[in-house]
Amino acid sequence: MGWLTSASTTGEKFAVMFLAIALFVVVMGAILFLVDRPKRVPRWVVATAFAGPALLLLAWGLVRPALITVWNSFFDKRGNEFIGVDNYTRVLTGGQFQSVLTNTAIWVILVPIASTLIGLVYAVLVDRTRFEKLAKALVFVPMAISMVGASIIWKFVYEFKPDQPGVNQTGLLNQVLVWVGLPPQQFLINSPLNTLFLIVVMVWIQTGFAMTVLSAAIKAIPDDIVEAARLDGLHGIKMFRFITVPTIRPALVVVLTTIAIGTLKVFDIVRTMTGGQFDTQVIANEFYTQAFRQNNQGLSAALAVILFVLVIPIVIYNVRQLRKSEEIR
Amino acid sequence: MTTTPLPPTGAVPQAVEEVAEPQAPGRRRLSRLEKRAIATKGKLSSPWASALAIIIAILWTLPSVGLLVTSFRPELDIRRSGWWTVFAGLFNGESEFTLDNYDQALYGSGANLSTYFVNSFVITIPAVVIPITIALLASYAFAWIDFRGRNILFVAVFALQVVPLQVALVPLLRDYVNLGVEGSFWTVWLSHSIFGLPLAIFLLHNFMKDIPSSLVEAARVDGAGHVKIFFQVLLPLLVPAIAAFGIFQFLWVWNDLLVGLTFANTGSRPLTVAVAEMAGSRGGDWHVLTAGAFISMIVPLVVFIALQRYFVRGLLAGSVKG
Repeated sequence: MGWLTSASTTGEKFAVMFLAIALFVVVMGAILFLVDRPKRVPRWVVATAFAGPALLLLAWGLVRPALITVWNSFFDKRGNEFIGVDNYTRVLTGGQFQSVLTNTAIWVILVPIASTLIGLVYAVLVDRTRFEKLAKALVFVPMAISMVGASIIWKFVYEFKPDQPGVNQTGLLNQVLVWVGLPPQQFLINSPLNTLFLIVVMVWIQTGFAMTVLSAAIKAIPDDIVEAARLDGLHGIKMFRFITVPTIRPALVVVLTTIAIGTLKVFDIVRTMTGGQFDTQVIANEFYTQAFRQNNQGLSAALAVILFVLVIPIVIYNVRQLRKSEEIR
Repeated sequence: MTTTPLPPTGAVPQAVEEVAEPQAPGRRRLSRLEKRAIATKGKLSSPWASALAIIIAILWTLPSVGLLVTSFRPELDIRRSGWWTVFAGLFNGESEFTLDNYDQALYGSGANLSTYFVNSFVITIPAVVIPITIALLASYAFAWIDFRGRNILFVAVFALQVVPLQVALVPLLRDYVNLGVEGSFWTVWLSHSIFGLPLAIFLLHNFMKDIPSSLVEAARVDGAGHVKIFFQVLLPLLVPAIAAFGIFQFLWVWNDLLVGLTFANTGSRPLTVAVAEMAGSRGGDWHVLTAGAFISMIVPLVVFIALQRYFVRGLLAGSVKG
């Protein structure tokens, strides 16, 4: 029965896959069959059958491990000795982690702002033009690509060859520098700008999301509002500032906060492009390093908890803003 | 900073101004079509707006084009010159193209991505089917079965959406090791299913709530139980919602690195992990790396482009309503 847990050939892999799906269908089917009696089964049994599997999985696989992680974060490297908040003080005050925290802050501030700004501008620019569909698709497509793939795409753009006669640059960005007469740069190695070049990748991915949501919001602005504003003499900057932006404000808040939360958890880009070297480390990747490379259980748990705690203010801001906009309505 | 396409902020109002301009003061009542025509005309006649839009579009496309072109060039050419030189080479016949890189990436002893391609499929299909099914049932319960604690539980599930996976990884991995199933597909499926549930329940619940309650009431009057109502009344109406979340989850699982890296072993790891590994160990071998990157991207790209409509709908339902 070894192939059940360590399928090695393609045939075995698909066999295990179909077995898993069949097993799942049988179990779920059995549960539903048992409660499928309109009158006799009490309502709470039916509710348990429908919502039970999901709640059970979430409790076992998300809530419980999260609580264990919080618990572990107060213990030492091996999880034997209780050390209070030492892991947290080490992360928050230790010099080693200072650049990790700073970099994470830069990511969480710049990525949402840049993606939303570009997405908004682009959505306004292509709105109702002849090429709208194509234009949107071009910016939209990076969303389908994995962050690993996107990182490789951009690593190739940043590729550096030493500046010697007879050596051609193969990275587009360095070639552009050479064309305008500047020396080629090691974009991913030279700190502190290298963090910005990593951020570009995330912005490249997230702009499509911002554009899609904001474009839908712009299209939903009622014509009569725009019309009335025009009659009042609003044009250009003022129209954008006083009509477009306030009307789509809820969408803007959602886009900004969604991207911010997503950015906080990103580790693929840093891991693939620099491996966290050259002062580019962020919390999410440092967590992975501490958990699975350094095997420092307490510290990695503390980093995971910090990641979670950092999400909370963003969510609160989101909820508050949405409440406010609902009140106005 | 040349790649950061931060457009000057002044350009936005300018673009809007161009739209507003053709509005003659005397003509108040315009049909939507006319307005649209005016807007279109206004947009295209403003060179700054068009230029900016084109610049953004190019910046968003060029990096991918570069990688795609490179993946078809011979190894030596990739080392010697930039991919943009092939366009000049097309005219004098100096550009060469080859499928060798793909052959090497898929079957070469160092890369062998064909194995991991299979793994990605084996991981993704159950990891999409299972959470959708479980979430459909749960969202039905939250929407149409009146039980105690329903609202609190739903808010709890909703809140779980923002919990970073990182907090769950280490304890889960320890459980899998204790059960003796670590590294198998089972752990990857289970983990992906659990992590996908909060968003799935939230999204499907949003769609499920939009279905008129009179339909459900009518079925109830006819004596149908919850199971029958779920399968015969709601499920057919939910196909677009299922498609929307299905694409979400598919892209998420196929493109995921964290879960694959943590739970899969060398025998079960997905493409993303293999390609990321390649980028680390053979970072200079752009011929295999470019081909490998595109092998990992082709399936999500096809799915995404084919089912874009549903994806956008899911995106809007998930973000704007939330």
